[in-house]
Amino acid sequence: MVNVTASENHIEVRELRLSYGVKEVIHGISFDIRRNEILGVIGPAQSGKTSLLRCLNRTIDFTPDTHVSGTITVDGEDVRRVRNVYALRRKIGMVAPLPVGLPLSIYDNVAFAPRSAGLNRKGELDLMVEQCLRQAALWDEVKDRLDSLGTKLSGGQQQRLTIARALSHQPEILCLDEFSIAIDPVTTMRIEDVLKELRRHMTIILVTNLTQQARRLADRTMFLWKGEIVELDTTNVIFSDKPRDSRTRDYVEGIFG
Amino acid sequence: MQCGPPNAPCGRWGGEKILEALVYLCGFSAIIFVLGIFVFVFKEALPVLTNENFSLSQFLFSSDWYPTSESNKRYGVFAMIAGTVSVTGLAMVIAVPFGLGAAIYLSEFCGQKTRETLKIVIEFLAAVPSVVWGFIGLTVMSKLIVQYTGAPVGVNVLNGGIILALMSVPIIVSISEDALKAVPDSYREAAIALGVTRWQLVWRVLLPAAKQGLLAAVLLGVGRGVGETMAVLMATGHAVHIPHSVLDSVRTLTANIAAELGEAPAGSDHYRVLFLTGVLLFTITFGVNLIADTIVRGIRRK
Repeated sequence: MVNVTASENHIEVRELRLSYGVKEVIHGISFDIRRNEILGVIGPAQSGKTSLLRCLNRTIDFTPDTHVSGTITVDGEDVRRVRNVYALRRKIGMVAPLPVGLPLSIYDNVAFAPRSAGLNRKGELDLMVEQCLRQAALWDEVKDRLDSLGTKLSGGQQQRLTIARALSHQPEILCLDEFSIAIDPVTTMRIEDVLKELRRHMTIILVTNLTQQARRLADRTMFLWKGEIVELDTTNVIFSDKPRDSRTRDYVEGIFG
Repeated sequence: MQCGPPNAPCGRWGGEKILEALVYLCGFSAIIFVLGIFVFVFKEALPVLTNENFSLSQFLFSSDWYPTSESNKRYGVFAMIAGTVSVTGLAMVIAVPFGLGAAIYLSEFCGQKTRETLKIVIEFLAAVPSVVWGFIGLTVMSKLIVQYTGAPVGVNVLNGGIILALMSVPIIVSISEDALKAVPDSYREAAIALGVTRWQLVWRVLLPAAKQGLLAAVLLGVGRGVGETMAVLMATGHAVHIPHSVLDSVRTLTANIAAELGEAPAGSDHYRVLFLTGVLLFTITFGVNLIADTIVRGIRRK
């Protein structure tokens, strides 16, 4: 499906600028994301984290009056020039802050993307649904009620359902946008374990408000503030006593004002 | 009288009680009105049921309608039931795909400006009085039908169906569009992020999510079709006849009442049978609503 021989950079962002109307929210940022790493993205609200993800899978197209410049390449391909934007989106799994159960059964939620891509054989679908639900650590809790509505699950279960759904189209990149906002610490830890497992075969972008979560999981961490990169370095450096920028230390230690 | 919290002034609590009672009354007035209409119509119709010259099965299943015959009066409305069903049915066959299609286009595919313009035009369509629709059916449409199908008369099921479809489309469009718009945007984003095309989004997410509202839209359209009087009176030819094709003229239950009630002497059998037709119409629409309600409840429970 993809030429894995490409450079070790899975995603390259160059001079990315984004404005909503006349208000610029991302001011020309450049960085790389390596293959099979977990990149933590930290920063306060309104710093452009979610907008960045939406530029990546081009769901930004659906917000009227936006202007994007600069380039984002995935596997060496410019996302704004790809021939098949649906294939691009299938390459990227997206998990939103609040779980969005589509108004379908648990099974259909997970089978949604494969079906839309043309997979209809029951046996294969069954297998796939089970595998994704297992990967998201949800299978044991729902295996007896796959036919009930996804929206009937608890918040934490629904969030794991959206993770299973994001995995269902076998993405190479998984983006998690503050996935733990609506779930309890125990479930969060379970999902974090899942992510550690998944990093072996996919690139993960972990946008999070919990700096400690980035510290636990990320290989490298990026501190994004007001649409600019303050610092991007290995997680060890970012969370050490001496990051390059004093703002990083202040933010990480919670004395950022 | 027992007052509310110890320190609250009594007057305010009295006022609140009165308001409560008023709102209560408003709520229950709906039931009173429905019952009142039913009782009134049924009371006018009732005596004919016990009349020995009248049989209910003949009323429902015979298509002999000779209410003013000197020797042998017969009151069978089966042909008019068939007329109502055929005209409404044809109208829905035309209006439902059109209406749903337009609603999908409006809510998912067109730009802001086009949407505003189209909505104004569609609302204008809804504001055309039904007698004007009837007039269009009688003059413009019937000529076109004669010209293109070679039918002997242009006022028939096809004509009435098209006119009725045009009348129900605005209702179906505006309610379906509301239903589609009510589907949260987060569903759209979630589905789009999974890599589905816009059509797949519509088929697999939006239509299932909005099905309750869409069903309500269609059934309101049916209700409009069954109840519409003036336009179909003018456009369907008013012939008591079970239609064999869409080019046959028919008479509907509503048109029959409208045309004959003024002629029927008050208190006569004819007059009472027309009221019984009213009861029948009432029962049909009640049935449609009940079915709709049951389906909607069923969907909700699941």
